[in-house]
Amino acid sequence: MSNVYGVVLAGGIGARMGNIEKPKQFLELGGKPVIIHTIEKFAIHPGLTEVLVLAPRAWMTYTQDIIRKHISGGTKITVLEGGTSRNETIMNAVRYIEKQGNLNEDTLIVTHDSVRPFVTHRIIEENIRFAGEYGACDTVIPASDTIVESKSQEKITDIPNRKYMYQGQTPQSFRAVELKEAYEALSEAEKAILTDACKIMVLRGKHVHLVQGEVFNIKITYPYDVAVAKALLGMELD
Amino acid sequence: MLNTIYQLVRPRQFEVAFEDITIDQEHILVRPTHLSICNADERYYQGTRGMEILQQKLPMALIHEGIGKVVHDPAGMYPVGTRVVMIPNVPMETDEVTAENYLRTSRFRGSSMHGFMQEYIQTTADRLIPLPEGMNDLVAAFTEMISVCYHGISRFDTTAHSRREAVGVWGDGNMGYLTALLLKMRFPQTKVYVFGVTDTKLSDFTFADETWRISEIPEELQIDHGFECVGGSASGRAINQMIDHLNPEGTIGIFGVSEDLVPINTRMILEKGLKVLGTSRSGRADFLGLFELYQKQPEVLEYLEKLIGAVVPVRGIPDMVEAFEMDIHKIMGKTVMVWE
Repeated sequence: MSNVYGVVLAGGIGARMGNIEKPKQFLELGGKPVIIHTIEKFAIHPGLTEVLVLAPRAWMTYTQDIIRKHISGGTKITVLEGGTSRNETIMNAVRYIEKQGNLNEDTLIVTHDSVRPFVTHRIIEENIRFAGEYGACDTVIPASDTIVESKSQEKITDIPNRKYMYQGQTPQSFRAVELKEAYEALSEAEKAILTDACKIMVLRGKHVHLVQGEVFNIKITYPYDVAVAKALLGMELD
Repeated sequence: MLNTIYQLVRPRQFEVAFEDITIDQEHILVRPTHLSICNADERYYQGTRGMEILQQKLPMALIHEGIGKVVHDPAGMYPVGTRVVMIPNVPMETDEVTAENYLRTSRFRGSSMHGFMQEYIQTTADRLIPLPEGMNDLVAAFTEMISVCYHGISRFDTTAHSRREAVGVWGDGNMGYLTALLLKMRFPQTKVYVFGVTDTKLSDFTFADETWRISEIPEELQIDHGFECVGGSASGRAINQMIDHLNPEGTIGIFGVSEDLVPINTRMILEKGLKVLGTSRSGRADFLGLFELYQKQPEVLEYLEKLIGAVVPVRGIPDMVEAFEMDIHKIMGKTVMVWE
């Protein structure tokens, strides 16, 4: 049986959030930090053997404390230190799995933004299934707006056919060994540019399968998103 | 945890909502896998329940017939992955006389609380029963409806007098099929007659001793007891026809729901000394009794498979609408949503 790890990415410090001191994943939504809602979805999923939570170094103890406070039972949860970039954070998870002696050809990782608490059972389930079948998969929804490309940031260089455009969400899932090999083959310069783990696999000519996301699988990045999340929960808006 | 709820907000319109559920030591979490649509769900979906009721109950997740897999059981009674049937009746108290499904304090999924159209169902161990090994998921999905017929027949068994040479079932729909089938299984010596309106449907009652169109019932035909499985405004006509063919002191089991008041021939009920027995819903004991019957008479499962109608994989709201719309146009059988 393959090892399947949930990898919750909470490495970011939330630079995009307005006047809020705490990283965005620790903001409260309905009496619980956003990250807790997200971890709960992973901890309860029977297809996962362990959930790894990658947090900024300064927030690791805090993360452990709130997990202890809010979550009892379910899959084993381990808090690890995040890296300097998104991919480095994922690699920290892979290194941990390797250190535990559990990294093999069948090891799968389901990586997910800690600020997407509305992820569903089906999305996680299909990520596990398609990462196992194809080696990599990405959760997407069809693009609702027309995408306009401008390389100069002044004039349009292309308007791709919307029919072929999707908006990326997470989870993004991989056979851990394959992702590790692909990432390690990159030069330092490439590592700096290739911030999306799926893109690394696409550039290597790998089949990255699409998983149907949900419109409500939103990322809580801006104060506006908090208002949307509260509305989804049927809460009074501030 | 943020649980996704697919609730009906107004007739023909589902919307997603979320509820934070606390994962604690008392509750089990079940992931629904197969959900079956009942006429009661359709009445909400199509808006035929009456505006006042709809305003009072919606928004609400529909569906009270379904099975799922255990994803989390803190007490460890059910291993993760155990296939279970979910009991929709949720009693708030126990009573030594009144059964759980008749207690006015009991709540019911898809009627007085959210039904099974959710990402996870948070419930207690006594509202779950593991499925018999090898049981067909699609048949298991409508176990609740079968348990309602089982319950009605059990009540009939303890209420009606002992002469049971011939019984009649009015109704050639799903409820009539299940009631007639379970009667034949539980009382093999009793002649089971079925009365309906559609020849093609009646021809599927192959286990019955005789079937008749309601316009062609022999005048001299006598039955000891009768079961009304028609529902709606036509149930009155069925009950009155039943009264005409019943032997004195027989029992009338009323199984079908009607939104309107039903005029019935009370004079003849009095003259013949008939008993009128109402039954509704079911409880844990009925589910257990039904599974015991499956074990003793496995041939019943083959007949039940014939009731599987449309099977609709559901991944999102458009699929839910499709399933409910398909269900409206079915002639017979149960529409099952495969909850993905």
